[in-house]
Amino acid sequence: MKKFDKDRVLLGLAAPVLSVLGALIVTGLVLLASGKEPFHAFHVMLTYGSKSDSQVYILNKATPYYLSGLAVAIGFRMNLFNIGVDGQYRLAAFFAAAVGGSMSIPGVIQIPIIILTAMVVGAAWAAIAGVLKVTRGVSEVISTIMLNSIAGIVIGFFLQDGRLGVTDKLANTITTKPIPPGSHLFNFTTQTDPVVGFIVFAGLAGVVYWFVLSRTRFGFDLRSVGRSDSAAQASGVSVKKMVVVSMLISGAMAGLVGMSTLLNQSYQFSTDFPAGIGFTGIAVALLGRNNPIGIAIGALLWAFLERASNGLEFEGYDKEIVGVIQGAIVLAVVIAYELVRRYGLARQQRQVGAELAAAGSDDKQEVTA
Amino acid sequence: MRRVSKIAAAGVVSAALALTATACGSSTTSDSGSTGGSGSASSSSSGGGGKTKGVGMAYDVGGRGDHSFNDSAARGLDKADGELKLDSKELTAANGETESDRVQRLDSLAAAGYNPVVAVGYTYGTAVTTVAKKYPNTTFGLVDSVVDAPNVDSMVFATEQSSYLAGVAAALKTKTGKVGFIGGVQNTLIGTFDAGFAQGVKDTKPSVQLTREYLYKTDPRGFNDATSAAAKAQGMLDKGVDVIYTAAGLSGDGSIQKVAGKSGAWAIGVDSDQFQDPALAKYKNSILTSAIKNVDVAVYDLINSVKKDNKPKVGTNSYDLANNGVSLATSGNFLSDVQAQIDAAKQKIVSGQIKVSSTP
Repeated sequence: MKKFDKDRVLLGLAAPVLSVLGALIVTGLVLLASGKEPFHAFHVMLTYGSKSDSQVYILNKATPYYLSGLAVAIGFRMNLFNIGVDGQYRLAAFFAAAVGGSMSIPGVIQIPIIILTAMVVGAAWAAIAGVLKVTRGVSEVISTIMLNSIAGIVIGFFLQDGRLGVTDKLANTITTKPIPPGSHLFNFTTQTDPVVGFIVFAGLAGVVYWFVLSRTRFGFDLRSVGRSDSAAQASGVSVKKMVVVSMLISGAMAGLVGMSTLLNQSYQFSTDFPAGIGFTGIAVALLGRNNPIGIAIGALLWAFLERASNGLEFEGYDKEIVGVIQGAIVLAVVIAYELVRRYGLARQQRQVGAELAAAGSDDKQEVTA
Repeated sequence: MRRVSKIAAAGVVSAALALTATACGSSTTSDSGSTGGSGSASSSSSGGGGKTKGVGMAYDVGGRGDHSFNDSAARGLDKADGELKLDSKELTAANGETESDRVQRLDSLAAAGYNPVVAVGYTYGTAVTTVAKKYPNTTFGLVDSVVDAPNVDSMVFATEQSSYLAGVAAALKTKTGKVGFIGGVQNTLIGTFDAGFAQGVKDTKPSVQLTREYLYKTDPRGFNDATSAAAKAQGMLDKGVDVIYTAAGLSGDGSIQKVAGKSGAWAIGVDSDQFQDPALAKYKNSILTSAIKNVDVAVYDLINSVKKDNKPKVGTNSYDLANNGVSLATSGNFLSDVQAQIDAAKQKIVSGQIKVSSTP
């Protein structure tokens, strides 16, 4: 039995290792094909990505990626494909910024209000897709991706002079009113740039995610619906309720994605607020296999790759090569997990077969005896 | 079956081994690398010369090769490079960047010793403010925005004036009486193109109908999304619009391509003389003219002032029709029949008889 566990750990590690390696090989081939030397490129990425200011950058960048990955993973666990994290977090950050900019009360009260606003807005936006799914059978893939687009339009509508926006004539940007300095979240000072304080909240969110999904009745219900909704229904779980509730939680988690940028860096929502993190989250959740620690590793890897792309560009490589690496990793992850799963299955069958054969030969012996 | 899984197992094991091997290899080489070059990661590529570094260019999304805005800045660099033999470094922004990405880009250029550091595009405004404070001995150039600092050259262009002339040309050349404007992002900057174009059309032929479309309300990817520009242009062409002016950086390629697909329709390019662009050569017979923004002149001036005259050009420098900072292209000679009217309009703007509004 002990040996069996060790094998399982090996099998579990095999897939991510295989996929990263596969991605590196693919990237190496692409670099070779474009007439560049691949090993030097990987070397540049490692040295540049491990410098102290790079480490800070990676942590800061991984924070929203991690939250985004968690938000997507909640849906994945339910067999729900929440592509709408992107729209949910942008809308959430926008309204949170608007609320934060319109108040000036002590930060101890205001920061929680801002964060709560973001969670509520994110949850509400995701709930639209959830309700549509249970009442009208609309696929959440379709509705969330359309809601992304609608979120952008809603923001564009409100982010105008005279509504919730303030035009900065010289900088060509429109922003919400800045959040007063009293409500800026703490940062961790380092030798170089500060590390965002929101990283603490992201870590907490990971713990909550783990606890709720694997240590509570609710989490069990959620996972059982994900495995087989008919079986869950039979055991007394209301599948419809679970769909809406998990979309709400996923949306609330998505609401947190923009908070590190808002409370630690920009203090306002402007036209150049980072977009697309929701889609990064899908890749990160896939990479982390919905496991809170796996997602953290995925988020850090993603941030590292993006940081390393700057180093590559400085050395005369095309920074787009990092996009190739990221794409190859996602593809390789899917393939590698399938390979390892099949291998595990075959191994299990073989073991059972061997046991049966052993039992069978015993019988034969008895007969012949 | 059994053999297959054995092969798979062998693969997994060798893969794991190979990964650890490569990881070890890189870390040892990285050690030797960092002892070799004491400075930054750039030492190996810059040829190891002990001389001062050249120009650090930080492009906006699209980068060198956008046939438009960034290329115009790149031409300024190339011209200075040809004369002064500079060892320069060019970096480009990606879609969906944050403020810290832009700060990092400028910071790394300044830290590596590049001077001047030119930030191409208004999105760098805040980043230039931050980094210019940190490196007071480096001169920064900022295109399209104004930062009030002693070591910053803010280059602003009266693009509403060149767009006005584009509007005059469009109004005189349209056969259907319908012209279109496509903007990359609905902001103050693109508003100046929109306003100038609209005023030029209206002053020339009030009967001409103008359709305005923007690709994105706020997202800067509007300058790097040729597909959506193509869709907007197609929509306009289907409605009978036959002259389309696109102010959207690299996205403009999509629009020009669609316009070229319809005979009798004209595209008006922006920022660079897009008729001359080799990448757009296939479509050049549909490019009526371009509202040129001579970012190259401004960038060249700045590099020259730092590298040759040792007297950095700083402060807010405006480029307009009067000092040839903006102009309307004549290559292709498609405008020869109406050139007189365009020149007349230009004279009126230069003399101040026509005031072009910069807000739509």
